[in-house]
Amino acid sequence: MFDTALTTSDLMFLAKGAGMTLAITGVSVAVGTLLGIIFGVIRVQIGPIWSAPLTFILDIFRSVPLLIQLVLGNAFQAIVQFGWEPFTTSCVILSLYTAAYCTEIVRGAIDAVPPTTRRAARSLGLNWTQDMGYIVAPLAARIALPSWIGLTLGVLKDSSLVLWLGMIELLRASQILITRLQEPLFILMICGLIYFVLSFPIARLGGYLEKRWSPND
Amino acid sequence: MIEIENVRKSFGPLEVLKGIDLTVEKGEVLTVIGGSGSGKSTLLTCINGLEPIDTGRILVDGTHVHAKSTDINKLRCKIGIVFQQFNAFPHLTVLENVTLAPRKVKKMGRAEAEEIAIKQLNHVGLGEKRDVYPSRLSGGQQQRMAIARALAMSPDYMLFDEVTSALDPQLVGEVLDTLKMLADDGMTMILVTHEMSFARDVSDRVAFFHKGVMAEIGPPEQIFGDPQNEETRQFLSNVR
Repeated sequence: MFDTALTTSDLMFLAKGAGMTLAITGVSVAVGTLLGIIFGVIRVQIGPIWSAPLTFILDIFRSVPLLIQLVLGNAFQAIVQFGWEPFTTSCVILSLYTAAYCTEIVRGAIDAVPPTTRRAARSLGLNWTQDMGYIVAPLAARIALPSWIGLTLGVLKDSSLVLWLGMIELLRASQILITRLQEPLFILMICGLIYFVLSFPIARLGGYLEKRWSPND
Repeated sequence: MIEIENVRKSFGPLEVLKGIDLTVEKGEVLTVIGGSGSGKSTLLTCINGLEPIDTGRILVDGTHVHAKSTDINKLRCKIGIVFQQFNAFPHLTVLENVTLAPRKVKKMGRAEAEEIAIKQLNHVGLGEKRDVYPSRLSGGQQQRMAIARALAMSPDYMLFDEVTSALDPQLVGEVLDTLKMLADDGMTMILVTHEMSFARDVSDRVAFFHKGVMAEIGPPEQIFGDPQNEETRQFLSNVR
């Protein structure tokens, strides 16, 4: 019969790790999305030439492996004596990483709203803010949704890299248990299952929203 | 009254309007005809300030359209424009399409805006369709919705930019009927169109544009019956 040394308190330990994964992902996706929207709108508004410095910085966050960003970011905050907790450092780096990708998603989505539709809105007397709020935002959100869901799922899994800053999130918790119990396959299966349980609702939410919005288009 | 004084406009090296002078009186229906690239559509988008102009000026009821001090969004409430593409807002129902601007720009209450919208939708024959999304409408219906949407702002002037060009031939009639009805109601209109028999029928005056210049203007009988300008003659013989 199947036999394991895994106890309920070990499972609780994993659940705590999953909670940490969720917390870091939640903060990073929220802050990163907000920044991504702001940067994306700025990029569209001021054009490619004026936004070149911003684009360059965001390109760095998109090009350098996240692990290197985390390690360098952590060293940097220590050197300049920010005195950040690993949780804060993790969230800051992951937020910027998310923002870098989200900016491109937002920019692409805004560009995909037909200029003639926006022109019609402006011709009715709507000002820029109203055009953005009532026409561009809802249409761009529909276009951006699948990519944004993909980004969120990616960040959820990439957040495991913060274990290098000493954070005990889901993957690190699993590693600790593996070292102690020497049951790698079983524990990794449970760990993978938890990642799936965390991801599945997000993926479904995306599918649900797409379906809800699609008959209108 | 719309006064256009020596308006010039270029897109890069291409000068599309080469000094246009034109006055449209209240209640007048002016049709603008001409080949593609003659500058007629550009003129319409300049009148409501969607395009800047290089020199000259455009006055609508004495207000300088392109002056920095002009509240262009307020001025646009007076000047409705309908484009060749229907430009429906796809995420809003027909009723919401029509009520959006009255509610957000004119700050009307929902009930008041809907009352006006329903009246305008009935006017263009779309009263039944108020709760559907634009994707469920035919091209002609979408274009009539766009007309109702512009009319809901109670504009003093209506500009129509080739509003039947993107329609299947069998749908052109319903939109032209709507325009005819507006003309009969006494709306001041500038229409850019390729529908010559319609232009002859509804216009008070017809202007012929050729290569950025207004080559000829006059009553429809003159333009279609006895054109004075060689280019006008040639254009009309080609489209007939």
